[in-house]
Amino acid sequence: MIDALQLVAIPSDDAALRSEVRDFLRQHAAAWPLASRARSWMGFDAGFSQALGARGWLGLTLPVEYGGGGRGPFARFVLVEELLAAGAPVGAHWIADRQSGPLLLKYGTEAQKRFHLPRICRGESFFCIGMSEPQSGSDLASVRTRAERVEGGWRLSGQKLWTTNAPRSHYMIALVRTSGTQEDRHRGLSQVIVDLAAPGVTIRPIRDLAGDAHFSEVFFDDVLLGDDAIVGQEGDGWAQVTAELAYERSGPERIYSSLALFDAWIAHVRSRSVPDDASVVLAGRLATHLAVLRELCVAVTSKLAAGESPVVEAALVKDLGTELEQAMPVAIADVIGADEGPPAAAALLQALAYVTHVAPSFSLRGGTREILRGMIARGLGLR
Amino acid sequence: MTSPANVSPFLDPLEKLLSVHGTPAVVRAVEAGDDVGNARQAWIESGFADLLMPEASGGAGLSLRTADDLLRTCARHLLPWPLDATMVVRAVFAAIGMAVPDGFVAIAPQTSIDVDGRILCRGVPDGAAADWILAATPAGAMLVPVREHRSEAVFRGGAVATDVFWHAQPAGTTPVPREMDWMAIGACLMATRIAGAMERLLEMTLAHASTRSQFGKPLAAFQAIQQQLAVMAEQVAAARMAASIGMLADGIEADPLRAAIAKARTSEAVVAVTSIAHGVHGAIGIAAEFDLQLYTRRLHAWRLAYGTERRWHGVVGRALLAAEGPVLDAIVLRAAPPAA
Ligand SMILES: Cc1cc2nc3c(=O)[nH]c(=O)nc-3n(C[C@H](O)[C@H](O)[C@H](O)COP(=O)(O)OP(=O)(O)OC[C@H]3O[C@@H](n4cnc5c(N)ncnc54)[C@H](O)[C@@H]3O)c2cc1C
Repeated sequence: MIDALQLVAIPSDDAALRSEVRDFLRQHAAAWPLASRARSWMGFDAGFSQALGARGWLGLTLPVEYGGGGRGPFARFVLVEELLAAGAPVGAHWIADRQSGPLLLKYGTEAQKRFHLPRICRGESFFCIGMSEPQSGSDLASVRTRAERVEGGWRLSGQKLWTTNAPRSHYMIALVRTSGTQEDRHRGLSQVIVDLAAPGVTIRPIRDLAGDAHFSEVFFDDVLLGDDAIVGQEGDGWAQVTAELAYERSGPERIYSSLALFDAWIAHVRSRSVPDDASVVLAGRLATHLAVLRELCVAVTSKLAAGESPVVEAALVKDLGTELEQAMPVAIADVIGADEGPPAAAALLQALAYVTHVAPSFSLRGGTREILRGMIARGLGLR
Repeated sequence: MTSPANVSPFLDPLEKLLSVHGTPAVVRAVEAGDDVGNARQAWIESGFADLLMPEASGGAGLSLRTADDLLRTCARHLLPWPLDATMVVRAVFAAIGMAVPDGFVAIAPQTSIDVDGRILCRGVPDGAAADWILAATPAGAMLVPVREHRSEAVFRGGAVATDVFWHAQPAGTTPVPREMDWMAIGACLMATRIAGAMERLLEMTLAHASTRSQFGKPLAAFQAIQQQLAVMAEQVAAARMAASIGMLADGIEADPLRAAIAKARTSEAVVAVTSIAHGVHGAIGIAAEFDLQLYTRRLHAWRLAYGTERRWHGVVGRALLAAEGPVLDAIVLRAAPPAA
């Protein structure tokens, strides 16, 4: 596991993308105040996503024949790193681009690929992740939502919870039971594509502690799905969802969630004639962690580029990354609160409060700290 | 897994020599100042110390980057002589056309010379096991022979890190006419040692958790232990990556920013890694005859050597604050490997 995470250089062709992306972002950045940048990949702007699509920057790793960019994971890493560093509102396309698209490419039928992938790449189709349910959080294999075989398709009933962006998405890829019972655990689960406009789908947004409404509950009352709703093989849902989670966990958004706050704080410290020692050391500590985590993230990307599914390595980097993301607001608050100089700008304090409040979610979404550490322990041969 | 293309041809012979002359018994003997038979001579004659020297001078022309694996391997065995510093100093001498010194060279993290000409090098890793100390002073660096010195242990077992003291500049002292950030190079070498020793410590701790049973099952079966070992693995992975960043140089000069990141991150990891290793081992880890302590005591000493995380965080912090633009440009991309 340690040997698998080696320092690698990003290939020059892919690194060259960085300046193009920067030029593009410069034209948009004025519209993103700190409050918006601090929301990182929770920010939602369908128009911006479509503008990225028009540049060919959605579905960058998908094949050209499906409307994708035909590039590799390193190119996507560079693009995504720049988007995150700029605090661009990428939430609309984020899930489709990161995991639904690659999942459909890997397991979907030709018809599914032809239908969905070009729409994803144009920024016309947004996806959400239907994994969690009221009684199934960490214990994902216990999902109760069921799809029953009916004439010509499937009948879906049950409920999903904490579904990010459901009200603003077109499709959900849901993990549901298609045979057996809860006792069968990993057997009998499948992934289905649900058209969220279908009759019987009810979506209720849930407001979060910061006042935003990004996640929601989604109810299925005998929703009829076509035969073509199944992704991959019926009954293979567990293996597929595991592969999907490797995409979900392996990106740089697991280290950069608090970056806008960090950069804003650095600008604040720079504005002082003489920075205090505590701020200097803290700036250095957080930057040091970030530099190392970023190379760990590149190392995971190189595994994706080699065609591997770096499930354990991604868990390791995500756990370390979210720890830094959570340390940032706490430590920055400590030095700001101890500073007897002129107070920091209101926008910085607001961003600090926002990130402080949502930071606990960083180690919940995408799998909790304990679950990830359990996966690492399994990777170490302990279980 | 390292792909075979990346494996240094020197790794196999190095492992072989380590298995004979780099055993825990040798480590203990050197630390105690006991006779180690021909082990020391075997290392000196092995030619490994010449690997960073240009091929034209009889070396292998390796760089810090390509010697990374080899040095980490030495650290896994806690090789008790400063082979790493010796390699660098020999390469420096060869590069400036000076005759390379015989024996082992340790690099002093800190040197002071008082008005009476007394020389004090503080906390020199492997200082007592070296033949020479590379002492950097504001007037330039010099190579000082260790014989004639008065040495006192900083840590129990002075071979780990030693204060080395001379009443006067001894005969045989040689100036080293080369500008070099010796602190940065020392920091990189030490970061690599920390990473290597931690990798081995993790293996030892995993093995112990799997073989030791309590309450009728192996320790590894307890979730509390599993979670701690996961944290340990994370810290070791971060330290390994940080050390590799430090060694990201095509020659023998360390990049100061990368060196700072390497030493800061590896040193910070020492705290959690040693504490979890000891916790999981229980009382046996405190016993002198058990090898764990060879690792944990050195890790703490190496954390201090050439500056702890606080020192280097200051260096990175000042670089960040002095720059313009976001942290991605000021630090992260500057430390990253250049696109290939
Ligand atoms: C902002 C946000 C967005 C989200 N978006 C989505 C989404 O789009 N789609 C989706 O499907 N889900 C989403 N989630 C849900 C997320 O996946 C779950 O929160 C997560 O899987 C944990 O489940 P839970 O919240 O039910 O906590 P629980 O599983 O109840 O866990 C509570 C605590 O118990 C611990 N615990 C549980 N089991 C164990 C165990 N075996 N051993 C040790 N400790 C254990 C956990 O680590 C945690 O600390 C989102 C969550 C958040 C916060």
